[in-house]
Amino acid sequence: MDLDVRLPMGIMFVLLGAVLAVYGAVSDHRVYEKSLGININLWWGLVILAFGFLMLLLAWLGRVSGRTTTPTIKPGERERPGR
Amino acid sequence: MLHLLAAEPLHLGHVDYVILIIYFLFVLGIGFVLKRFVKTGDDFLLSARSVPAWICGLAFISANLGAQELIGMGASGAKYGLMTAHFYWLGAIPAMVFVGVFMIPFYYGSRTRSVPEFLKLRFDEKTRALNACSFAVMTIFSSGASMYALAALLEILLGWNFHASLVVSALIVLCYTCLGGLTAAIYNEVLQFFLIVLGFLPLALIGMKNVGGWSGLVAKLNGVAASHQPTALAPGTWTSVGQHLSSTSANPMGVDWFSLLAGLAFVLSCGYWCTDFLVIQRALAAKSMGAARRTPLIAAVPKMFFPFIVIVPGMIAIALMYATQHGASWSHGFEIPAGNDGKPNFNMATPALLGHYFPQGMLGLGLTALMASFMSGMAGNVTAFNTVWTYDIYQSYINPRQSDRHYLRMGQFATVFGIGLSILAAYFASKFNNIMDLLQLVFGFVNAPLFATFLLGMFWKRGTGHGAFWGLLGGTVAATIHHGCTLPKYTAAGAKGGWLVRAGHAHIYATDMQQAFMTAVWAFGCCFALTVIISLLTRRTKSDEELRGLVYSLTPKVVDESPNWYARPGVLGVAILVVMFALMAWFW
Repeated sequence: MDLDVRLPMGIMFVLLGAVLAVYGAVSDHRVYEKSLGININLWWGLVILAFGFLMLLLAWLGRVSGRTTTPTIKPGERERPGR
Repeated sequence: MLHLLAAEPLHLGHVDYVILIIYFLFVLGIGFVLKRFVKTGDDFLLSARSVPAWICGLAFISANLGAQELIGMGASGAKYGLMTAHFYWLGAIPAMVFVGVFMIPFYYGSRTRSVPEFLKLRFDEKTRALNACSFAVMTIFSSGASMYALAALLEILLGWNFHASLVVSALIVLCYTCLGGLTAAIYNEVLQFFLIVLGFLPLALIGMKNVGGWSGLVAKLNGVAASHQPTALAPGTWTSVGQHLSSTSANPMGVDWFSLLAGLAFVLSCGYWCTDFLVIQRALAAKSMGAARRTPLIAAVPKMFFPFIVIVPGMIAIALMYATQHGASWSHGFEIPAGNDGKPNFNMATPALLGHYFPQGMLGLGLTALMASFMSGMAGNVTAFNTVWTYDIYQSYINPRQSDRHYLRMGQFATVFGIGLSILAAYFASKFNNIMDLLQLVFGFVNAPLFATFLLGMFWKRGTGHGAFWGLLGGTVAATIHHGCTLPKYTAAGAKGGWLVRAGHAHIYATDMQQAFMTAVWAFGCCFALTVIISLLTRRTKSDEELRGLVYSLTPKVVDESPNWYARPGVLGVAILVVMFALMAWFW
């Protein structure tokens, strides 16, 4: 499969992290009473954002070093034990 | 004082819907993108053995994580405390190490496409048919149960329409599994894994901060233990995993060392991790033998640490509720919502905690993670179903010798009708909740003996097809009889047991957990004994040559090709067990 799963995963978490962090920055801070006064949207949003970038970095490094998920056995060539 | 959550659903804001939509777009998008790589039946149903170990490993644990585990483990954490962690430690890690080191070489090396097919290769057709049919039925009902639980939860938590939630979630899973097959399911399982961690870790962290760290939690749970009905329990019973197992009355779970080790750690956990095609399928998708063997070992690492994300919130929830009931103000009136019988509905422990601590934004993330866990369970069951249906039932008995393209089409069709049947099963569950519990019980009866069959199959060349078939059947019957003759304490005879004997004559176990573990031990024992006896009384139908690669004594030892000593399955396995014991010792 030529799609490295870290690519869509990285993009998704970057998006989610950005949405949370931005919302955390602009939202009314009174709602954070329930999360013990911590602006959990902002801080955890940044954590998720960082995680997303990490995934993208790993995907990029994987592509650069030429390590992709190539099949070692072509489907048509396999013997079929079920027959 | 008790809040019925149905009366006040959680309010989602725009940001929560944005988060939800982003997630679903990516899940569907992955299905669409991967469609181009699906050209053969093998691609669709088996991922053509091309997936790297780390992806298989995370999918292995994510497919297992689905269904009601997030909810159920939170409930158990509230009801039983940290002992619930045994389902992740003793009750999973040794089995996962065992399957990776000892059993995967036979599964992967035999080039079998499914677990029932392995039974056919090793034993005979009727053993395969028994396993394939019971497994196919099980996956449909498990998938349906997941769908039902998700729709019911969304109705209670958010006030969403039950039918709409059911159909929409089913359609989303249908879309990406039908388009991208097993690979799409696996990729989405990796996505779901990280989403679950990122969604629930902050819940555990914030809750821990609120109760005053681990020592604060221990102190509060000692209060819970002291007020336990009908008898008070010693301090530490909610927060230690090993100290209080000398008798069934010493701990909230009501089990002792024997039933924990023999029932949970040995029979039930090996019966699942070593034979359930739902997880084995992900290991078989790996790109090499080494990768396949490392899959369960890689999965074991996050598995060990999951108690802190899924069980601790349940423990925090009950600590909070206890504080509220004793007039504390810092818990802000938090209580676990009551069920229809007026008692706390522990399944709502984790969702209620989510609503208690998370503002809009994180709330959307937490709910998305919750939905993701259900959907990975649904997709996992459906992909396992369509492979077993297509290869073990359809190709074997209904329409053999067709082209590969024909079986690809059948695989896709099976996905559609598999989801359709699951929806029916979900409605069945909503109408007959007790019947669903009964069905789960029956599946337990079927699973428990399976490990005996595989142990004897892989490590004893004298095992015959007749022995395996009748042993499996006999073990299931033994489990049923045992259930009919026993009852948990304070329970009336009926769906919970004791239906085979006259009133008052049932053997009493301390709790239903204890009964379940001992039923498993009985089933295993009977299956093992029967298989051995009948095998010795019947002739072998397969020669040594035919069994090469399927039985330990007839297979050349697997030479591990990885150059790094630390990546060898044996070394990894030992390291994982050491960490597990260290964790258990820390929380003893």
